[in-house]
Amino acid sequence: MWLYIGKRLLQGIVTVWFIATATFFAMHNVPGDPLLTDRAMSPEIRANLEARYGLDQPLMTQYFIFLGNLAQGDLGISFTHENRSVNDIIRERFPVSATLGILAIVIAGTGGVLWGALTAIYRNRLPDYIIMFLVILGISVPSFVVAALSQLAMVNINDVIGRQVLPVAGWGSIRHMLIPALVLGLSTMAYLTRLMRSSMLEIISSDYVRTAKSKGVPPARIFTKHQLRNAILPVVTVLGPSIAAITTGGFVVELVFAIPGLGRFFVEAVQQLDYTVIMGTTVFYGAFLVFMVIIVDILYGFIDPRVRLQ
Amino acid sequence: MTFAPADFTRLNQKQDVELITRPSLSYWQDSWLRLKANRRALVSLYIIAAILFFTLAGPWLWPVNPAAQDLDQISQPPGAERTAIVVPPYQPWDGTALVQEAGSRDTEGQEAERPETGFRLAAPATTQGVRLSWEPLPGATGHRVYRNLFPVGEELAFGVPVAEYFTNDALFFEDRLDVQPGTYYYSLVGLDERGNLLEVFETIAVDVRRVITVEEALEKGLVAQAAALEPGDEVELALHPLGTDYIGRDMLARLMAGARVSLFIGIGAPVLFVLFGVIFGSISGFVGGRVDAFMMRFADFVVALPFLLFMILFKIAFGIGPGESGVMPMLVALVVLMWPATARLVRGQILQIREQGYIGASQLLGARTNYLILRHMIPNTMGVILVTITFSIPNAIFIEAFLSFIGMGVAPPTPSWGSMSNEGIRNMLTTPHELIFPAIMISLTVLAFNLLGDGLRDALDARMRNTE
Repeated sequence: MWLYIGKRLLQGIVTVWFIATATFFAMHNVPGDPLLTDRAMSPEIRANLEARYGLDQPLMTQYFIFLGNLAQGDLGISFTHENRSVNDIIRERFPVSATLGILAIVIAGTGGVLWGALTAIYRNRLPDYIIMFLVILGISVPSFVVAALSQLAMVNINDVIGRQVLPVAGWGSIRHMLIPALVLGLSTMAYLTRLMRSSMLEIISSDYVRTAKSKGVPPARIFTKHQLRNAILPVVTVLGPSIAAITTGGFVVELVFAIPGLGRFFVEAVQQLDYTVIMGTTVFYGAFLVFMVIIVDILYGFIDPRVRLQ
Repeated sequence: MTFAPADFTRLNQKQDVELITRPSLSYWQDSWLRLKANRRALVSLYIIAAILFFTLAGPWLWPVNPAAQDLDQISQPPGAERTAIVVPPYQPWDGTALVQEAGSRDTEGQEAERPETGFRLAAPATTQGVRLSWEPLPGATGHRVYRNLFPVGEELAFGVPVAEYFTNDALFFEDRLDVQPGTYYYSLVGLDERGNLLEVFETIAVDVRRVITVEEALEKGLVAQAAALEPGDEVELALHPLGTDYIGRDMLARLMAGARVSLFIGIGAPVLFVLFGVIFGSISGFVGGRVDAFMMRFADFVVALPFLLFMILFKIAFGIGPGESGVMPMLVALVVLMWPATARLVRGQILQIREQGYIGASQLLGARTNYLILRHMIPNTMGVILVTITFSIPNAIFIEAFLSFIGMGVAPPTPSWGSMSNEGIRNMLTTPHELIFPAIMISLTVLAFNLLGDGLRDALDARMRNTE
């Protein structure tokens, strides 16, 4: 077990190193001049700026400096927001994205499990058809369209009721978070519902459920103790990839709802070609996602005793 | 007891012992029958055929240039009014009171209701210009004119300031700033000596009519050269069945052009990376041993990379030059990042098939490796591969749309459904059709491929055969 965890962690570190390397060389291949501004720049100023960002060093030296700083957790200074370190930006922006993401995961997880169980129980009856139709819709409509339409709907609802039921955009209170989190979690919820449905269907017709029924166990107890607990396991396995989907999905949702999260900042940095911010946030996101998947995999071993980790 | 040959009669040999009551079906024929029985999958197949027809044959049926701008019709929803009244060429206005000119026919006696005092229209409002005149507001030594698309309301949202006078010498204004047909709300607000806003204001609603001069109509080819146009005649502007976007480009033509980009990436990338994955996976599965272990480690590694981050990174690194569409870099990035899932799947299939009895029998009969791969391995994995491609297509379309939406996809002016949605979302509140049409196309395509994939999986999965 511990050997397995150690192996996975090592693998994770190598992946993060690769991400960092790929990011570094990708960013250095970008055409264009990072120091180019609208104003003319004297050679002295340029030399000073290059020295500040370490651009006067040979490429390999820059790479090792970058890796060395990375190992110490230092991601450098932003190009466009001068005097702001990337660490600082991440520290300020990431909690917002994380709050939104956690809320979305909770909504997607509980929603997916409940709807999936419901459709399996009402198989081939009206609730099943309705929910599965919505699920197909949730998988097929892109998140930015859902985001835009829900925004439009909120504008109209607020208009009709005459006061602000839920804010249309922005960030601050829990009321700001509900709609974006729902939109963010929607496609994951649809996916989890499908997964839960098929795993639940398998379990409903299993022998131990039949045995429990014939012993006279009350249906509610069968549902919670036997069916739900076993059916939930496949859902847990895909939580890792789901976290990745929700994190990157956050880029769009934060953009549409004007939420000051790291995702929006990343997209803006990409558009402005803010080299250090792109490198820093990519490595940060990459490391976050890689280790999230590892943690979920390890947790799965604890939850499901049948899985023997080697 | 002895038998004579005569004791024996020849047994009547039955010919139809092994009568085949149903026609023998190959795997693909059987699959096709199963697919045909699935109504959802069949409908999806028709939808996909229709979308492909729309994409490939559309530009011949609707040969409008998707990049051409129709500046007379900007952000027009489908079915919008597109008649224009012919008027004489524009004449500058010096603020004098205007008499009704002959020919500049007004609509339904609006002329009679036009007030003579206060903040008022000096002439019928047209897209050539809105002419306003007024008397000084009480206590005002200057005026500012605002224009808004919505009524002013309680919060006194006047809109955009379009004119400002610090004296009461000029009591007229002609607004020619991008006047579109529709209703505008003009507000006149008084200013004090220092140019501060006073609390006195007047608001009027102005209905602007679309007009066109004879020269413009001829230049745009809206009427035949020979046609003699008189001021007051009506002219139909160019037809845009699905309306126009925010810079006056035809939505239908752009949807068709965008379909080519979106589907090229959406279908091209899955086909390519599945092909690569099949080759990679079958080599890995067939050779086995250390090579297999190494190749699969490599695939595991690519899987662990955060996908969308790397798509964005690739896009930046490729660096789209001026005039390039950025379609190819996206295709390459998709192929580079998405092959491992297929490779793993195919490897698993190959490993499974390799242990089957019929492979051993075939080998025993002297079949060579090439024959084994071509005759047994590939046909038996074909179903899985086809299902993978079908499910990868909606995924690839989504990724294209996502990247184009955050501005990391195809570069403008190349249209794709994703970039069209991105442009449409800006004007969502006033002209929702610019978002809704590309969004419907994306959703419909993704939906159809998802349902077809479900149907194909049920139809091609060997374990499901003859279970009904």
